[in-house]
Amino acid sequence: MTHASLLHRITDYANRANPYPLYEELRKTPVLHEEEDGPYVVSSYYDILGLLHDPRVSSDATNLTAAGADELSGPEATGLPPSFIRLDPPEHDRLRRIANSSFGPPHRPDRIDSMSGELSGIITELVDGFGDARQIDVVDQFAYPFPVTVICRLLGVPREDEPRFRAWVDPIVAALDPETRQRTDDDFQRAAQEARMQLGMYLAGLVEQRTKEPRDDLLSDLAASHGADGTMSMMEVLSTAVLLLIAGHETTVNLITNGMLTLLRHPEYLHRLREDPGLSVRIVEELLRYEPPVQLVPQRTCVADIDLRGVTIPKGSRIWLMLAAGNRDPERFRDPDRFDPDREDIEHLGFGSGIHICFGAPLARREAQLALAELTRRLDNPRLVEDPPPYRKNAVLRGPRHLNIAIDSVRS
Amino acid sequence: MPAEAFHEWLRREGRIVIVGASLAGLRAAETLRAEGFAGPLTMIGDEPYEPYDRPPLSKAALLGMASPDHTELPRRRDIDATWRLGVAAAGLDMAARRVRLADGEEVPYDRLLIATGVHARPWPKEDEAQLDGVFVLRTRDDAVRLHRRMKGPPRRVLIIGAGFTGSEIASACRNQGIAVTVAERAGAPLVGALGGVIGAVAAELHRENGVDLRTGVMVTGLEGDVTGRVRAAHLSDGSVVETDVVVVSLGATRNTDWLEGSGLGAGPRGIACDAGCRAFDFRGIVTDDIYVAGDVARSPHPLFGYQFLSLEHWGNAVAQAEVAAHNMISAGADRRPHMWVPAFWSSQFGVNIKSVGVPSMGEEVMITQGSLTERRFVGVYGYQGRVIAAVSFDNTRWLEFYQRLIETGAPFPVEFTTVDRRPEGRKPVPADFPDPSLPTHGPTVTLSGYSPADRQLVFTPARH
Ligand SMILES: Cc1cc2nc3c(=O)[nH]c(=O)nc-3n(C[C@H](O)[C@H](O)[C@H](O)COP(=O)(O)OP(=O)(O)OC[C@H]3O[C@@H](n4cnc5c(N)ncnc54)[C@H](O)[C@@H]3O)c2cc1C
Repeated sequence: MTHASLLHRITDYANRANPYPLYEELRKTPVLHEEEDGPYVVSSYYDILGLLHDPRVSSDATNLTAAGADELSGPEATGLPPSFIRLDPPEHDRLRRIANSSFGPPHRPDRIDSMSGELSGIITELVDGFGDARQIDVVDQFAYPFPVTVICRLLGVPREDEPRFRAWVDPIVAALDPETRQRTDDDFQRAAQEARMQLGMYLAGLVEQRTKEPRDDLLSDLAASHGADGTMSMMEVLSTAVLLLIAGHETTVNLITNGMLTLLRHPEYLHRLREDPGLSVRIVEELLRYEPPVQLVPQRTCVADIDLRGVTIPKGSRIWLMLAAGNRDPERFRDPDRFDPDREDIEHLGFGSGIHICFGAPLARREAQLALAELTRRLDNPRLVEDPPPYRKNAVLRGPRHLNIAIDSVRS
Repeated sequence: MPAEAFHEWLRREGRIVIVGASLAGLRAAETLRAEGFAGPLTMIGDEPYEPYDRPPLSKAALLGMASPDHTELPRRRDIDATWRLGVAAAGLDMAARRVRLADGEEVPYDRLLIATGVHARPWPKEDEAQLDGVFVLRTRDDAVRLHRRMKGPPRRVLIIGAGFTGSEIASACRNQGIAVTVAERAGAPLVGALGGVIGAVAAELHRENGVDLRTGVMVTGLEGDVTGRVRAAHLSDGSVVETDVVVVSLGATRNTDWLEGSGLGAGPRGIACDAGCRAFDFRGIVTDDIYVAGDVARSPHPLFGYQFLSLEHWGNAVAQAEVAAHNMISAGADRRPHMWVPAFWSSQFGVNIKSVGVPSMGEEVMITQGSLTERRFVGVYGYQGRVIAAVSFDNTRWLEFYQRLIETGAPFPVEFTTVDRRPEGRKPVPADFPDPSLPTHGPTVTLSGYSPADRQLVFTPARH
């Protein structure tokens, strides 16, 4: 096969279930540039790591000159100003710092830790909801509803509003999928647009209320002033909230689903996890290397020429960083295609690196650890109904659309 | 015995002694075991404690966020060693391969690692140094004493010397609302490490946080009251500072006294060794059974003109210990050079400072990202047309990139565009070090490879 088709094969849905052989082929050309206005695709661990720390690489789409918009990234279709994930310093730093001051150390070192009890409660509720079913869809019945509920609690969405909230989130998240985004039928578009507006108005109302009467939740913190960086404007709070909502959502669903799938394919770890829930920490880390929810970062552009492995990436070019390929780079990891939570060295690229390193990583880790440990503990004799399961269209945020598993019973 | 058989024997049943049971000593011991060393291992340390971490002593511990007597170093693995804690090594017999302890006992070795670090330079006038309320900060005991006094609280703390440790202590005091005066001989804090341009930013940080910063002055004397407690300090500009706590932060002296007369190349500037951590004897001949690592070592760095660098850096202690341990039990061809690119971090007044390379070699500095006035930036140091170091204030995550520039001898000034580059960053300015004793030869070497096992030196001809 010729190189000319490699990227197309990677984005081709037919290869979604197992793109790893294609990534292996990709690594043979560390800087791949197939078409004149196409992206420069980088797939080796150390090269990716280097570019994630390279100040000549920008996350701001307005720096793109060589080619038009990216079919895989696209604008954030929310009508809000760009969130910090699509900004460079200094704006990025300011917004991320303010957001961080209500999410992690030094101001709130215990925010995530203190949520463990609540996370467990949500998990228990969802698993109880399986009832006496003999077959369940891990995605629809667990991995999807879980993060929305979590983000609601975190932001401070009142419990009684959660169903409404989810009704707005679903069409927005659905519209993120590149395939569905291309759908032009009016009803679909109108529904998504309507949901965005409703969600925006709902959040704005909530922020306004929290500004007057702060509580112990993220929206209150974001709305309040923090140190030298001042406050976020209402619009900035909204775009940050929507970022957390969407980024936190898409990734956790896939992390948990990929996790269950991988465990079912490697039953020895399923058994070990059941015996020792503490193993979930290493399992999730290895999952982030082996089956990362974010397969590639397609939104980077370079603001100066970059020489890499003998190739000059000209200023203004798009760069795709193939995190999932780097995670299985034999130059970096021994026996990279083996799922091995016992490996000592799992410094994966699953959360990226550099200034844009996943903001929600501590939460995502905790969610996945608790979820996998509890699913393993409570599902009696889980078996895959189909392997591979049907995948979602999305090549960037890769994961099964459904994960049907058969069980003997749900333990209490 | 042929070399190969000897090393096999050494790994199996050789005796290894490590003097200095702290960061470098512990990491070396762990590496020895991880690499399969099975013989008897003895750890000798003059402090009575198991290895603990020092950086928190001037940060979290003084803020009351960590207990100064609980900063134990996390263990990477069981090292199965005989611990001789609370007893100093007092002498070395190189010919007989024995370490003599202060209690008279002798410990024989087949391989010795010296990791005795440094100690804080005390206030030079002994009677004044004895005054109650005069402190240094190097050990856990120092930190416990200082912390206890800071809870007093003192009316005013005087810090002598505004290097990293002095500045961190000042920051911890201000954080707790304690009045602080800092006296510094140079024109600004951190000048020795980072130069005057960056020092000016540090000075602003001090002043904005309410530190009474006095620069360009020296403390000439300390004065006690009738009970022997410090009550005032006299400065070279004639002024007097009323104070009840004085912290002397005048840098450190290498712990090499115990090696006097041993024949080892040890002196006040440390113990010289080759790039493989093997110590030199005083004739400049390399030993093959004595290794050094950490703050006490002085080793040539190919990337910096083969200068012998002594680094008081946490990361250097770890990396050097790992290389030393590996080499101690490996035959010639398997040995690795210690080519760690110097890196240092500090946190003070809520700002994260990190440097890579050797800033003090820099002739010029340019701000390639962010801005000095916002105190969030990356500054790059140039030396003879090449990037030699970089420093960041609240911009740590970019530094890895600049480290690559240093390793590959990238040209200076940095011409390319970067995100967050401001007008002030378009031009290099003199870095403004007080005494730039710079060597004269050009760059001849760059580093390549990522892991210690595939790090390579690449020789390139001088560029001019
Ligand atoms: C307050 C403070 C803050 C610091 N902050 C930072 C920071 O932010 N970033 C950074 O990079 N570095 C920092 N450092 C430096 C870092 O801690 C050192 O680089 C590191 O501890 C060096 O480790 P070492 O094992 O070489 O030496 P040390 O930690 O000094 O250990 C040497 C040990 O040997 C013992 N010893 C000495 N003589 C003898 C003898 N004759 N017999 C037996 N034992 C002996 C000593 O008592 C000591 O326990 C800081 C240091 C201090 C003191």
